[in-house]
Amino acid sequence: MSALPKAAHTDGEAVMSARNVAKFFGSVRALNGVNFDIHRGQVTTLFGENGAGKSTLMKILAGIQPPTSGEIILDGEPVRFSSSTEARNRGISIIHQELSLAPNLSVRDNIFMGREIRTATGVNFAEEARLTKALMEELEEDIDPMTLVEDLRLGQQQIVEIARALSVNSRILIMDEPTSALSATEVEVLFKVIRDLKSRGVSIVYISHHLEEALQITDHAVVLRDGNMTAKAPRSEIDLEWIVRNMVGDNFDLGSPPTGYEFGDVALSIDDVVVTEASGANVVDHMSLQVRAGEIVCIYGLMGAGRTELLEAVAGRGELMNGKVLLEGEDVSGATIAERIAKGLSLVPEDRQRDGLVQTMTVGKNLSLASIGAFVKGCFTSPQRERELVDESIRRVTVKTAGGGAAIGSLSGGNQQKVVIGKMLATNPKVLLLDEPSRGIDIGAKAEVFRLIAERARQGLAVIYSTSEVGECLSVAHRIIVMARGKISAEFGPDVSKEQIMAASGESVVE
Amino acid sequence: MTTANKTAQGVQGAPSRGGIDIVRILLEGRAFFALIVIIVVFSMLSPVYFSTANFLVMASHVAIYGLLAIGMLVVILTGGIDLSVGSTLGLCGVVAGALMQGVEIEVLGSIFYPSVWVVVVLTCALGGFIGAVNGVLIAYLKVPAFVATLGVLYCARGVALLLTNGLTYNNLGGQPELGNTGFDWLGFNTFFNVPIGVLVLVALAIIAVILLNRTAFGRWVYSTGGNARAAELSGVPVKFTTISVYVFSGICAAVAGLVLSSQLTSAGPTAGTTYELTAIAAVVVGGAALTGGRGNVRGTLLGAFVIGFLSDGLVIIGVSAYWQTVFTGAVIVLAVLMNSIQYAKRPKPLPASGNPVIPQKEPAGKLA
Ligand SMILES: Nc1ncnc2c1ncn2[C@@H]1O[C@H](COP(=O)(O)OP(=O)(O)OP(=O)(O)O)[C@@H](O)[C@H]1O
Ligand SMILES: [Mg+2]
Repeated sequence: MSALPKAAHTDGEAVMSARNVAKFFGSVRALNGVNFDIHRGQVTTLFGENGAGKSTLMKILAGIQPPTSGEIILDGEPVRFSSSTEARNRGISIIHQELSLAPNLSVRDNIFMGREIRTATGVNFAEEARLTKALMEELEEDIDPMTLVEDLRLGQQQIVEIARALSVNSRILIMDEPTSALSATEVEVLFKVIRDLKSRGVSIVYISHHLEEALQITDHAVVLRDGNMTAKAPRSEIDLEWIVRNMVGDNFDLGSPPTGYEFGDVALSIDDVVVTEASGANVVDHMSLQVRAGEIVCIYGLMGAGRTELLEAVAGRGELMNGKVLLEGEDVSGATIAERIAKGLSLVPEDRQRDGLVQTMTVGKNLSLASIGAFVKGCFTSPQRERELVDESIRRVTVKTAGGGAAIGSLSGGNQQKVVIGKMLATNPKVLLLDEPSRGIDIGAKAEVFRLIAERARQGLAVIYSTSEVGECLSVAHRIIVMARGKISAEFGPDVSKEQIMAASGESVVE
Repeated sequence: MTTANKTAQGVQGAPSRGGIDIVRILLEGRAFFALIVIIVVFSMLSPVYFSTANFLVMASHVAIYGLLAIGMLVVILTGGIDLSVGSTLGLCGVVAGALMQGVEIEVLGSIFYPSVWVVVVLTCALGGFIGAVNGVLIAYLKVPAFVATLGVLYCARGVALLLTNGLTYNNLGGQPELGNTGFDWLGFNTFFNVPIGVLVLVALAIIAVILLNRTAFGRWVYSTGGNARAAELSGVPVKFTTISVYVFSGICAAVAGLVLSSQLTSAGPTAGTTYELTAIAAVVVGGAALTGGRGNVRGTLLGAFVIGFLSDGLVIIGVSAYWQTVFTGAVIVLAVLMNSIQYAKRPKPLPASGNPVIPQKEPAGKLA
């Protein structure tokens, strides 16, 4: 693998360390006496299950949260940051797991938010725009600096988040799941940038649930488990199996698509569907697709291939410009989202913060939001029935939480994602549309979600699963559709190779 | 795999560290606390203040604000605002007054005197209709709530002035031979010494509590205000919810208009001017977030009592009207100040994503 660092022997030197750091949220222990080193000019990768404490540790290092106990050492001296600005001034910057952009501002303004380039008469917007352009070129992304962030796709927003962290020119760069919405090509570009940063002496902390991908860039691996550091080793001593074993305690793979049963009738039929975006271009271009009961279809495609737009249109957000959607033979094109859910058509949206969660409500109320009908007796909701439903959902998708009454913001990123999945599963759908559902969930949870999907499929659930991870297609799908520019560009059975899929999507094959 | 039970004690079970708990109690019950302070201070300043008679009088004043505030709360919970309630109150009062004067039906050449119950139903329907206009403007025509209801504020007030030519209806008593007596019942009668207006408020509050906490509609209201996009994708009928809350608010304003004109036994076209601001103040003092999704009926009622008892107290101790305005403003700002402490500062471990985490706060609450 070309990613193997040539400079690996210069390790040992820690530019920043956490010593015996513990963190409590009320009575919840997120970190328990963790020792963690960031190696100078290298990539230290942090692995761990959802809720293991990775983001918490990073927020402590970046000065966003103070540790409950323990100390942070920077350049051999103990430091105490009172804010993230202070940490940034000492050369530490962070890419957050959850995007922290202002959607109403342009890309340029987001990148320089709080650090505007001042002149005597105001802000030097031209210079800011020039630097933004340069950053976008470095990331090989065609985004105009003046575009509003809310008009960008999720993956592009993530690129902006990355660009913002890069623009600081910090010497320690923390990346908390920077690639969860990126395509393989973009990940390659990011890795090129990371290698470049390394050669300039920048130290990097990298967090990802895409284990294979992360291995390509890792110099040192550290595993967190339930707030404890359970293992660490340099790249030369580890492999995928080592990570999984240390993360979840045993070794397993994501399995293969469920077999041994017959598909039923056509459950969902998408017929000649066209979706146009504001500019008038067809993002989904006369697309037709049929999914039978019990069948799992993966839609693979690059960012901007039109997958999200297709799934949202099928679920009932926005109007179809052309075409029909048939659910078990019945035309639902004119039905509202609520009616489609009632008829058994549910969507797990891609962007959990924007489309998936109601941040002001508890975990339980979020989980039950899409199936209120199931616990209404007469006119009134039954708290007891609701609690049963919530508890069952929490168990089913293994949400790590204090209980249904906890605030949604107290959950780790991956656990929030599980809430969104659990909410839509609770509606007992006949057709389930999943848009990048594995964003941010750990491999154990991913296996659990795959197992759930497979089990439901056996009982007749039809599934459309959109992903930009080829490996996932192969583990779950009976049929793989590749989408490019709003059209189906290829269709494969389950025994296709990764390279074939990626070639069909118009993606240069990596590795 | 993940261990869901390890953290079973709950995020709620924050360790009790003496002083911090007291701070929390003060913050949580701050509207209640403010109410007690107001009662104590005014009772010391004036011997008349602390008497059953005075409390009943003040309560019937509070009833007007309270009715408007509950409607306003439900709107604010969805992330909207209803500036038109004061004007709706005025217009509804005037229309009720007009109906009490009799409706001349030209084809028959006679004057028809609807009975009081008919007047009440028609007036509420008018309030609901004005709310529906607000709701449609906001939900379907995408006019921002602030602008839509501001426009309706002017229109409703203008129509009230047009209908009456700027004059006030004074004769609301009805006549026994016409069979339309009883309009003053709402404003003057008491039940076990409690003014009917206050009982109407209590009834409406109970309805609102049940609606918000124990029905699907309540869940729709909270989720629409918390994140309308996510709510919609979860099958919440966001447009229906939006229209309904404005209709509800309009009906509340109509009821308040009936109670007020009954209390005054007159209906003037300028009644209720700036009451929308008092209602918003009550909601905010009661701890609701203007961004939607957080707040409850109990807090709003307390907020209405705080503002009502404060302004009546200032009148009783003879503070000049100008100073009354200053004091009321100061109390509102203080309350909102505490609001920001509650929503931003208390849960110290704010996630970086900027979603405030309020582990202890459940949006739904029960009537005190
Ligand atoms: N603000 C908070 N209030 C209460 N508990 C919290 C808060 N933030 C995090 N936690 C808890 O701390 C633990 C660690 O969370 P953290 O976000 O660090 O996990 P993570 O390793 O980043 O997981 P993921 O892979 O899902 O992002 C979790 O159990 C979480 O519920
Ligand atoms: Mg995390």
